[in-house]
Amino acid sequence: MKPAPQSAPAGAAKPRLTTSAMIASIASEGQRTKPAPFGHALNALASGDARIVGMTADLGKYTDLHIFAQAHPDRFYQMGMAEQLLFGAASGLASEGFTPFCTTYAVFASRRAYDFIHQTIAEEDRNVKIACALPGLTSGYGPSHQATEDLALFRAMPNMVVIDPCDALDIEQAVPAMAAHQGPVYMRLLRGQVPLVLDEYGYTFELGKAKMLRDGYEVLFISSGIMTMRALEAAKALEADRIDVGVLHVPTIKPLDTQAILAACAKPGRLVIVAENHTVNGGLGEAVAGLLMREGVHPAYRRIGLPDEFLAAGALPTLHDRYGISTEALCTQVRAWLK
Amino acid sequence: MSTASIGHNISLERRAWNIRRHALLMGEVQGQGYIAQALDIADVLATAYFHAMTFRPDEPDWEGRDRFLLSNGHYAIALYAALIEAGIIPEEELETYGSDESRLPMSGMASYTPGMEMSGGSLGLGLSIAVGKGLGLKRKNSDSRVYTLFSDGELDEGSVWEAIMSAAHYKLDNLIAIVDVNNQQADGPSTAVMAFEPLTEKLEAFGWFVQRVDGNDLAAVRDAFDAAKAQMGSGKPSMIIADTLMGKGVPFLEAREKNHFIRVEAHEWQLALAALDERKPS
Repeated sequence: MKPAPQSAPAGAAKPRLTTSAMIASIASEGQRTKPAPFGHALNALASGDARIVGMTADLGKYTDLHIFAQAHPDRFYQMGMAEQLLFGAASGLASEGFTPFCTTYAVFASRRAYDFIHQTIAEEDRNVKIACALPGLTSGYGPSHQATEDLALFRAMPNMVVIDPCDALDIEQAVPAMAAHQGPVYMRLLRGQVPLVLDEYGYTFELGKAKMLRDGYEVLFISSGIMTMRALEAAKALEADRIDVGVLHVPTIKPLDTQAILAACAKPGRLVIVAENHTVNGGLGEAVAGLLMREGVHPAYRRIGLPDEFLAAGALPTLHDRYGISTEALCTQVRAWLK
Repeated sequence: MSTASIGHNISLERRAWNIRRHALLMGEVQGQGYIAQALDIADVLATAYFHAMTFRPDEPDWEGRDRFLLSNGHYAIALYAALIEAGIIPEEELETYGSDESRLPMSGMASYTPGMEMSGGSLGLGLSIAVGKGLGLKRKNSDSRVYTLFSDGELDEGSVWEAIMSAAHYKLDNLIAIVDVNNQQADGPSTAVMAFEPLTEKLEAFGWFVQRVDGNDLAAVRDAFDAAKAQMGSGKPSMIIADTLMGKGVPFLEAREKNHFIRVEAHEWQLALAALDERKPS
């Protein structure tokens, strides 16, 4: 059941937030950001590789592909508001030797065009790269724009590589890695002013690799996407409570870096918390749980993710608090679990 | 090598007859198959492979080939018959049709079969892929063409119309689509399942060069392919609407009550072959 809209009590100090723009930046106030990392990285890649073409279904401006379209107008294909055509045509271009980078919103790729991606791209093993904005709960527009199942759907698709990047650095390094991989890739996309976080951790993106960003003996977050940013913030905040928190960032959901995850989870006495900006069904949490079960590694395990329900419309900070994926909500849950 | 140099002395009538015969032999192997569709589309496939298209039998992936996309994957039995006739698949392989480990599965898939350019089966995919291939060939300054065959039932799929709009938008005059109007889909006559007429006028309004022909009149089909090929340079994609008769070439199958999946009894395969053999062209 959908929760009823919550109205602020009269005289409350906290102002009632309004639903932000559909494409609201997920950067918090004062956070360091980089503009359009995907578009700029694709430009850099394309200048050295004539096979790269860009395609979109009427969402070039909202996926930062307009940066590429402006720089390479002859290599940009506007397919109109037609996602099935977008992916079918991408398969055709790939079969002729090109490397299409296709953009739309994650909801439309994962739900509307799933069979086209499944049959014309994954089954035929075409070299198509799919980059999709508004992953998980990054839009206040309600279920029409909230791609809460995309990771589960694309994880289930044979041949498909699945990436959930955390920040601008992750994205700009993932783009050339996607191109270097022969075969279909799905990447969740953050666009516009994208937070820059991972440069502080000596991090580099490697396809298929999880990276320990900070170690901690009491709690280990295993996280992907923006939840890694939240986990890092929570880890810092929990230092005040003298709780020592590690963060293992898993930007590649498939293939999973089983070795790194097993090694991190084998460390005794540490609470493992998988945190994902995705429904708790079928995403990173269940992938990690299944791995641990199969391999007989049994740490204390908790999960943080979006509930199995249609989420509400509203302002993102409100929704992230409500559904337990804000930094504050992470801290609250960790404290409760450690009691 | 172009088709002009392979079997140039064999008539299209005989090619179409051979395709029908290969298809019947495959149908007999499985005791089933979309044989009525294979028989109706044999004249179109004979014209495509032995009049219109350029390809190399011993090099199915040759860059200079014309591409042929089978959108209606259940017509694979017909395309295998054409690929056998074209020398791309050895004739003896038809005995494996639909069997374990065969390169000839009952629904066409790109990774299984030489000369099969796409994985069909889920209907409505072919035209979108064809648009991408048409764009790709233009990017490469190739003068190859993309041919795609689809069925009238696929006209129900919205994606087909997305592709039809975009092919005109991108002026894909290297794209030739053929729609098999046998007026039969899974739940009944295609026009009754979902009205699609007047099809010529609709497609013309979408900016295509459209011809409607009797798809079992070889001379008319050949002229339509010639006119479609002449569109290169016009900026218009071509559609050939081929009205066909299911079971064509085997009178008792032509007369059988129309159904998406026409039942052929075990003893009837030999009767069908005999009926076809009686009509062998020179």
